[in-house]
Amino acid sequence: MHVPARRVVRGLGLLCAAALSLTACSSSGSTAASGSGDASAGASAVQAALAKGGTITVWAWEPTLKQVVTDFEAKYPKVHVNLVNAGTGDKQYTALQNAVSAGSGGPDVAQIEYYALGQFALGKSVQDLTQFGAASLNGTFSPGPWSSVDIAGGVYALPMDSGPMALFYNKKVFDQYKLTVPSTWAEYLDDARKLHAANPNAYITNDTGDAGFTTSLIWQAGGHPYKVDGTKVSVDFSDAGSTAFTSTWQQLVSGKLVAPINSWSDQWYKGLGDGTIATLATGAWMPANFVSGVPGASGDWRVAPLPQWQAGQNASAENGGSSLAVMKASANQDLAYAFLKFADAGPGVQDRIKGGAFPATTADLNSPAFLNTAFPYFGGQQANQIFAQSAKNVVKGWQYLPFQVYANSIFNDNVGKAYVSSTTLAQGLKNWQDASLRYGSQQGFTTG
Amino acid sequence: MTVADPPARSRPRRSARGWAGFGFTAPFLAVFALVFLAPIAYSIYLSLFQDRLIGGTTFVGIANYRQAIADPQFWDGLGRVALFLAVQVPVMLGIALLVALALDSGRLYGRDFFRITVFLPYAVPAVVATLMWGFMYGTRFGLVADLNHAFGVTLPDPLSPHLILASIGNIVTWEFIGYNMLIFYSALRVIPHSLYEAAAIDGAGQWRIVAAVKLPAIRGAVVIATIFSIIGSFQLFNEPSILRPLVPDSVTTSYTPNLYTYSLAFSGQQEDYAATVAIIMGVLTMIVAYAFQLRGMRKEA
Repeated sequence: MHVPARRVVRGLGLLCAAALSLTACSSSGSTAASGSGDASAGASAVQAALAKGGTITVWAWEPTLKQVVTDFEAKYPKVHVNLVNAGTGDKQYTALQNAVSAGSGGPDVAQIEYYALGQFALGKSVQDLTQFGAASLNGTFSPGPWSSVDIAGGVYALPMDSGPMALFYNKKVFDQYKLTVPSTWAEYLDDARKLHAANPNAYITNDTGDAGFTTSLIWQAGGHPYKVDGTKVSVDFSDAGSTAFTSTWQQLVSGKLVAPINSWSDQWYKGLGDGTIATLATGAWMPANFVSGVPGASGDWRVAPLPQWQAGQNASAENGGSSLAVMKASANQDLAYAFLKFADAGPGVQDRIKGGAFPATTADLNSPAFLNTAFPYFGGQQANQIFAQSAKNVVKGWQYLPFQVYANSIFNDNVGKAYVSSTTLAQGLKNWQDASLRYGSQQGFTTG
Repeated sequence: MTVADPPARSRPRRSARGWAGFGFTAPFLAVFALVFLAPIAYSIYLSLFQDRLIGGTTFVGIANYRQAIADPQFWDGLGRVALFLAVQVPVMLGIALLVALALDSGRLYGRDFFRITVFLPYAVPAVVATLMWGFMYGTRFGLVADLNHAFGVTLPDPLSPHLILASIGNIVTWEFIGYNMLIFYSALRVIPHSLYEAAAIDGAGQWRIVAAVKLPAIRGAVVIATIFSIIGSFQLFNEPSILRPLVPDSVTTSYTPNLYTYSLAFSGQQEDYAATVAIIMGVLTMIVAYAFQLRGMRKEA
């Protein structure tokens, strides 16, 4: 990729005079990426790099990686890992994009969420890992996360964690109002009505419009709104899966049955603790957040499988989850890949499970020790069994847009209207679809 | 400041004087060029390109300007700040003027206390002020919620989409009344007292003095304060940007032109188009501010 000098200070525009004297061509920074895809040669180069040692920089916000770095450095004393928290999610992606454009200043390894990986793979900012033999790790990871890193014939990251969805519910509230744990979204709607009628301050859940949540439920319902084929993208929120979501969720929103509280706000934690938010349908990474964010409600909450769109089905979806990728501009890619393998498919996985992370590795998901872990917070429930089952039931074939980071940033501009005005969810999604496609064609994609 | 008469010219060599002057101003010019002219030139340069995920960077001439002129999101944002300007600025300056006149009247008990109290909100950083108001506006746990509970009423939600602009106006008014008051008050303090005495001898009451002496005397300060406020309104960014995480459905990513350029550059990776929108906004702001200045100064003359 040719990067003209003018992009060196993109987004800043202050140091332009200095910038003009720089020339940057990001591809020149990479090591001998032969491109031959010779996996065994790649693997031996990785071993050689570990023996030789060196320093790599990792940008990640995942807290459990700290222990992984300690253990990695203990095992390979010549290697030094510089773990940097460059911000969570969007903030880090902005910094990463700037570093990629500048051709320097970026990390060797970056944490990238699955929904955002496509954007970096397409921009050729992250290295295809097949040359290191990453393709052979296919069976190591559960299918959902793997399909997210396996993009157009390349493997652009290794899955770090995953977020198969489940329904977290406040058992105390359910018992008090004699609600049954819903097995379908229709029953969920009934519970929502019953609960709110019995206690006007209580809501089945909170929702103010969340792109990740909405797309995950459409994913579960079997929708495929995004179709990506190389540089051809299409968006269609009128398919059966999307319609199944909007017809049920519209009733929750119109009936004011969802609390108008933003997730991760102080009000939200308060609501989860005092029973005014009765359920959360979210990813398996949630328990650690319950323990740290809502300690007072320990013992109140339980985990159930995600309600179904049709009775008797066993469909699930992913919500959140991240991968670790090797940056193309890294001068130490062999070492970077060694760290990836250690953290995501090696001894690092155990460190991370101990720290409360939900792994993406099949062996750990199936290990009795993992499955039989009792969660004191959930009254001793073996919640991992539900999460692991959910991971197996993730509907296959879901795709995100190659510019999903931007699309999600304008979700509330469009779909958010449905939560605060008479606009319907279906109309909001249609507006989001149009805005996303408009951006896509501005960015040079063929849209249709 | 004293202005000395120019001494008799000793006729130095012209070129030497020219170089000496340049030598004195060079440090300023260098910094001025680096931090002021260069960013503007760079923005203009950026605005002539388009950088795409597929296809990379291409020179597109004035295509970005064409796109911006036809961009409904840009015009929506501009319309919003124009409405803000038309309503909030007169209210804020009116209150500031009233307070300044009251302080200056000499009839206020505890004048120094009021002066510092009214000025105090300006000393609160905009980020803190906005967060504080954001909490107060809350209908679940904030001041509005407490009022609802205490009086058994349901006040309209200040953070709902159709009231949020007024709520932002309230925050900005609260923040900047003290600042504008101080401009007016200091202008009032320099009016010679002999004018008041002359007016009193002519039989003018306090209101007459305000209308005939004080207001005409501080016209310049009012024009300056208004120009600052026009620029401030067009550049509205802090308050909506900080409220956005609290109410993402009410404050869109293109709520004001500045917020729009920010979103374009940092989440959309469209720095070129963001630069275009910023330049158009800058030119529009200059036109409006200059037009107002011409009008204000002409009346003064």
